Amino acid sequence: MAKAAIKQQKAEATEARLAGLTLPESGAWAREAREAALERVRSMGLPHRRDEYWKFTDPTSLTAEEPPQASVFETGEPPLFDGVDRLKVVFVDGVFDPEASDDLSLEGIEIERLSEAMAKDIHWVRDLYGKIEGASHEKVDRPLAAFNTAFATDGVVIRVTGKPSKPVSLVYLHKSERSDAILHHCVKVEEGAELTILENGPAAARFSKGLEVDVADTGAFHLVRAQGRDHERRAVTGTFARLGRESTFKTFTLTVNGVMTRNEAYVELTGDEAVCHIAGACLGDGRDFHHDATVFVTHDAVNCESRQVFKNVLRNGATGVFQGKILVKQGAQKTDGYQISQSLLLDDDSTFQAKPELEIYADDVACSHGSTSGAIDADALYYLRARGMAKAEAENLLTLAFVAEALEEIENEAYAEELRERLAGWLERRRDRAAG
Amino acid sequence: MLDIKGLKVKLEEEDKQILKGVDLHVEAGKVHAIMGPNGSGKSTLSYVLSGREGYEVTEGSASLLGEDILDMEPEERAAAGLFLAFQYPVEIPGVGNMTFLRTALNSQRKARGQEEISSADFLKLIREKAKNLQIEPEMLKRAVNVGFSGGEKKRNEILQMAVLEPKMCILDETDSGLDVDAMKLVSDGVNALRDEGRGFLVITHYQRLLNHIKPDVVHIMSDGRIVKTGGPELALEVEENGYGDILNEVA
Repeated sequence: MAKAAIKQQKAEATEARLAGLTLPESGAWAREAREAALERVRSMGLPHRRDEYWKFTDPTSLTAEEPPQASVFETGEPPLFDGVDRLKVVFVDGVFDPEASDDLSLEGIEIERLSEAMAKDIHWVRDLYGKIEGASHEKVDRPLAAFNTAFATDGVVIRVTGKPSKPVSLVYLHKSERSDAILHHCVKVEEGAELTILENGPAAARFSKGLEVDVADTGAFHLVRAQGRDHERRAVTGTFARLGRESTFKTFTLTVNGVMTRNEAYVELTGDEAVCHIAGACLGDGRDFHHDATVFVTHDAVNCESRQVFKNVLRNGATGVFQGKILVKQGAQKTDGYQISQSLLLDDDSTFQAKPELEIYADDVACSHGSTSGAIDADALYYLRARGMAKAEAENLLTLAFVAEALEEIENEAYAEELRERLAGWLERRRDRAAG
Repeated sequence: MLDIKGLKVKLEEEDKQILKGVDLHVEAGKVHAIMGPNGSGKSTLSYVLSGREGYEVTEGSASLLGEDILDMEPEERAAAGLFLAFQYPVEIPGVGNMTFLRTALNSQRKARGQEEISSADFLKLIREKAKNLQIEPEMLKRAVNVGFSGGEKKRNEILQMAVLEPKMCILDETDSGLDVDAMKLVSDGVNALRDEGRGFLVITHYQRLLNHIKPDVVHIMSDGRIVKTGGPELALEVEENGYGDILNEVA
């Protein structure tokens, strides 16, 4: 198909999708922000299968008018982070649930619902909402992120002024098989302040989430999230961050199950000596599993460090995708950039596609990237079996060990251990299923 | 204890016969040594007995305590009481040494219908065994064999042997890469495990290990067969004259 024809087709498809939608009610500044985002969607066009950035992931189900049905999965397990002392904020199918949530007050932060903030004429979040997302299209179009900014119906905005004693825990419950949730959160971490957000749950049949984080000088932000265990759910998420001097930004994402996941991250290191770690692990079983981690880190200051660590375990025809880029702008000297994406393919049917990229305009930097995919190490497996472990047990132990490297990126050991235990359970259930 | 009869083995990948008819009988309570030049098939014998992939048994049998082991999975052989101390212990990043040992021990116990050992009992057991081999607690916390020196790896093998308490121990070139002190430590560890109910097969190229682990019977292996069997004096003969004389003599 010719380029012009694709463009035409994209424009038509975009208009058709937007035709039935109206921007949610909001105050003046928010209306402006939404309209600007909508304009971005129009000018970029919704993603098309032929788009380079969507080469490995078919966006059709993410842009379709109606989300495909997704049954609700009862895990029979206690919810993740249940034992953690936290400020719980619950969304059911993308709608804030005040009954199930804690009182939104915690020393060191100001937190309120997005809709409330948007109804106000004057609000600090005006300078953040849609701003980092809006800046993220410089090199690559992210129309679904702009779409999220335009149409988000709920979310939280958090201003972090101190060091709260506990994390904010966003709990996303999925109860309706046709729910189509669009959430957008904004977090502003003031100078020297610190916040950890825990996210957990499938959220909806189809979930679009935007998270914009502005970390001021010497601030710190941590995100540990797990995307639930629902098999049929779809999710497209965008994490956008801007980092000030000597600030820290670390995220870890665990994805198990789900027919479609596209997690994008876009981080700008704009202050000297900022640190950014983006890590993830995904475990997929079956032909219907598709997971895509797409990361873009821009170094625009000196002496900054960035790490991308992704581990995928794929079996029975599952598909994993990694697109990771490190962009080092002119003058971003002494950049230390690292990127690794690895997949453990437990059979010949599973697929991992990786597109690691470096684009460097400074001459005094250390950047490296690597990507591997392979089977379980035969020597290690033999060694464990020779010591008495059954094959499936040895495979699980080696698989957990493989994923452990990504889990180690989580600073808080208790959270890491909790996720590790869930992973072990996931592997064990599959082992038992395989054993019949 | 261990009975090997007319064992012939070839490599699966290429049509190459490695073992050409091995007969060996190791009694409980005895230490047998197999010596031989490089390429004689010593290590292949240990791999085939422990169940490594890539080898095809074309003839013969091997049984442990009367049970045919050649059709068993490696883990079944381990549960039946067979242990191979590897010449090249495998590094396993991400798996802690303690987790590895406890999982292995409990797997074997489960396979034998025994109760799993509790964390507290296991800790006590491993501390005691590690102390005897001068293994620092720090080494137990590290990933299996990762960053271990040659000597540490071999001591770790013996530690596993001490914890798993197998009936039949095969030591494949356990002396390779060891200095004199490490060899003494490893040998002491092995000797501590010698008892009436346990058999040993010590595979080595050199006689020096046998100064520390005194064998009852010494076999010379060459070109896939055991060509000569004798007492400890046979090892000394190798030490003095090399393999040449013995091999000429049997040829």
